[in-house]
Amino acid sequence: MKPQSVLIELQPKFERNAPAALANTQLRRNMGKATQTIRAKRAAVVDEMPDWEQLRTAGRQIKEHTLYHLDTYLLQLEAAVQRAGGHVHWAADAAAANAIVTGLVQAHGAREVIKVKSLTTDEIKLNAALAEAGISAIETDLAELIIQLAGEHSSHILVPAIHKNRAEIRELFMRTLGIAEISDEPTALAAAARSYLRAKFLSVPVAISGGNFAVAATGAICVVESEGNGRMCLTLPEVLISVVGIEKLVPTWQDLEVFLQLLPRSSTGERMNPYTSIWTGVTPGDGPQAFHLVLLDNGRTNVLADEIGRQTLHCIRCSACLNICPVYERTGGHAYGSVYPGPIGAILTPQLVGVEHARSLPYASSLCGACYDVCPVQINIPEVLIHMRGEVVRQHQDTGGLAAALEPEALAMQLLSQVFGSQATYEMAQRLAQLGQGPLVRDGTISWLPGLLGGWTAMRDLSAVPQQTFRQWWRERDA
Amino acid sequence: MREDRDIMLKRIRTALHGPPGAPAQVAPSIARAYQVSTPTPAAVLLHQFVERVAEYKAEVQTIAENALPTAIAAALAARKALRLAVPADLPNDWLPPAVTALRDQGQLTYQDLDGCDGVLTGCALGIAQTGTIILDHGPRQGRRALSLLPDYHLCVVWQSQIVGIVPEAIAQLATATTRPLTFISGPSATSDIELNRVEGVHGPRTLHVLVVTA
Ligand code: SF4
Repeated sequence: MKPQSVLIELQPKFERNAPAALANTQLRRNMGKATQTIRAKRAAVVDEMPDWEQLRTAGRQIKEHTLYHLDTYLLQLEAAVQRAGGHVHWAADAAAANAIVTGLVQAHGAREVIKVKSLTTDEIKLNAALAEAGISAIETDLAELIIQLAGEHSSHILVPAIHKNRAEIRELFMRTLGIAEISDEPTALAAAARSYLRAKFLSVPVAISGGNFAVAATGAICVVESEGNGRMCLTLPEVLISVVGIEKLVPTWQDLEVFLQLLPRSSTGERMNPYTSIWTGVTPGDGPQAFHLVLLDNGRTNVLADEIGRQTLHCIRCSACLNICPVYERTGGHAYGSVYPGPIGAILTPQLVGVEHARSLPYASSLCGACYDVCPVQINIPEVLIHMRGEVVRQHQDTGGLAAALEPEALAMQLLSQVFGSQATYEMAQRLAQLGQGPLVRDGTISWLPGLLGGWTAMRDLSAVPQQTFRQWWRERDA
Repeated sequence: MREDRDIMLKRIRTALHGPPGAPAQVAPSIARAYQVSTPTPAAVLLHQFVERVAEYKAEVQTIAENALPTAIAAALAARKALRLAVPADLPNDWLPPAVTALRDQGQLTYQDLDGCDGVLTGCALGIAQTGTIILDHGPRQGRRALSLLPDYHLCVVWQSQIVGIVPEAIAQLATATTRPLTFISGPSATSDIELNRVEGVHGPRTLHVLVVTA
């Protein structure tokens, strides 16, 4: 099946973006501190759970079960939401979803909407679609606000502004929020955002959210957050529109007990996130009196059709796989050129947009398997990566005839996956490369390698291995 | 859109079951081998709840029932909270004479609530393992906006409302699944700036919990 029109307008070129990211030392410092901090917190709160593995297994099984009956559960959800006074819309692709949301906002005569951080609406480029209709979308999550004010893209699922430090944020707020003088203390910066957004929360009539979970049996939608901007958006406006991917379903109310344990511990490394809101349709006298649920496909049914790739849809977007990934740690999120970065992005994006549009992403990994170990729903990311590398090579062969079957890239990639297969071998190879690359490096790029690897560089430049790898640097820093 | 519904359902069925006549797969089952309850004694749960709420940088005190009005009065006085938003059904004797209580029958505007010094509510449940307070916006809790807009939330939790772990709370809420629910674990927070945790962004920046022992 061909992918449907997908508006993640991207040709992710990991191999082109990564060298620039590696050269940016500020980014590398921020990323290193951030991922290390979250990793340690996550490990502590996961270790204190006696039944963590059982919860992970249940999480995976619930998702497998849901996907197997997805049509049935979607219809159940639709009926339950309608029973509770909500409206349900179906959107086969991004364009359909954007048209539905834009139409709803216009029908309520709003020129401004407030938004809760939502990857799904980033994926469909909803803000741009609204802007075209003359509607401005105000991001209310602190990091999203920072990104929006800076006119940039997110670099991390959970903390999108992870690549920006306090001095940069202070400068940005003074420039864009009309604040004369402010300190670079995080508390002061958060207070500035609070007062700027409070006025919006009290006056803007329409809010747009995503959803972390949707309970088919009851019609309940669940949003997990930290700052309270979610509660504001879900409570104060007259109209609430939630755009939810069809993979966010869980069958029963009881299933929430599994995911509300798995998600916060994996995500922010907390026993529980500060706020979780759950609502069902419309409650008279409390919260928005009009509720619209938009169910989004946009390539998800393609993923569903692939028996190995299907598990990608289990993802609850916790970002644990990003934080543990040695490749992500060094390159940051922008190198992936997608709203879904890191290991999950490396498998999700090519499946959503079609591998032919994201050929390098399945290679943006060392296959060390750390992502699989931390994934709260047991997605076997290395398995899916290898499966997709096979797809990339097969496509080459299909389009290239006999010659392509013996193409050096296909052979070299197979060899590289073996080298990257274990962390020890990977670091050893890096060290050998540091020692041996001198004569081969021109302008920081290795364009020719002798021997077996030669086939690979014949196809593309290999970023020179830095004199000190991130792992070495980190160890020495700690020592 | 109507045709999108048909398209999506058809795509899902094709994706799952393949072309007609393809061999049927086995439906995956769910083994719930994780803990659904905890044998922990109530006294230990109380201790754990208090400790974990405090870890979120919330203020928390344990008091006997007859000391509740005094504790409320002391908390409000320390905070200098004079205008207080309260749910319509909050017991009268919880309220110290010094404060002006705005009882919300649904008539208070968001501006009214935004202008209050604080809000005083009860709750539906507490979870010891995670230090979480759950509002189902039922008795003594009021609608969602009430406990959201004021900058200070004083919340009364009865020891008998504290359960051990998340599945026990979800099970108790199973009869009320159509009500809006708010899970609160500490004051609002962000770690968006260099991963430094800042307590207090949009929700109440101060959470004060009074736990009433049995
Ligand atoms: S793939 Fe797993 S670890 Fe990565 S974001 Fe999704 S749920 Fe989390």
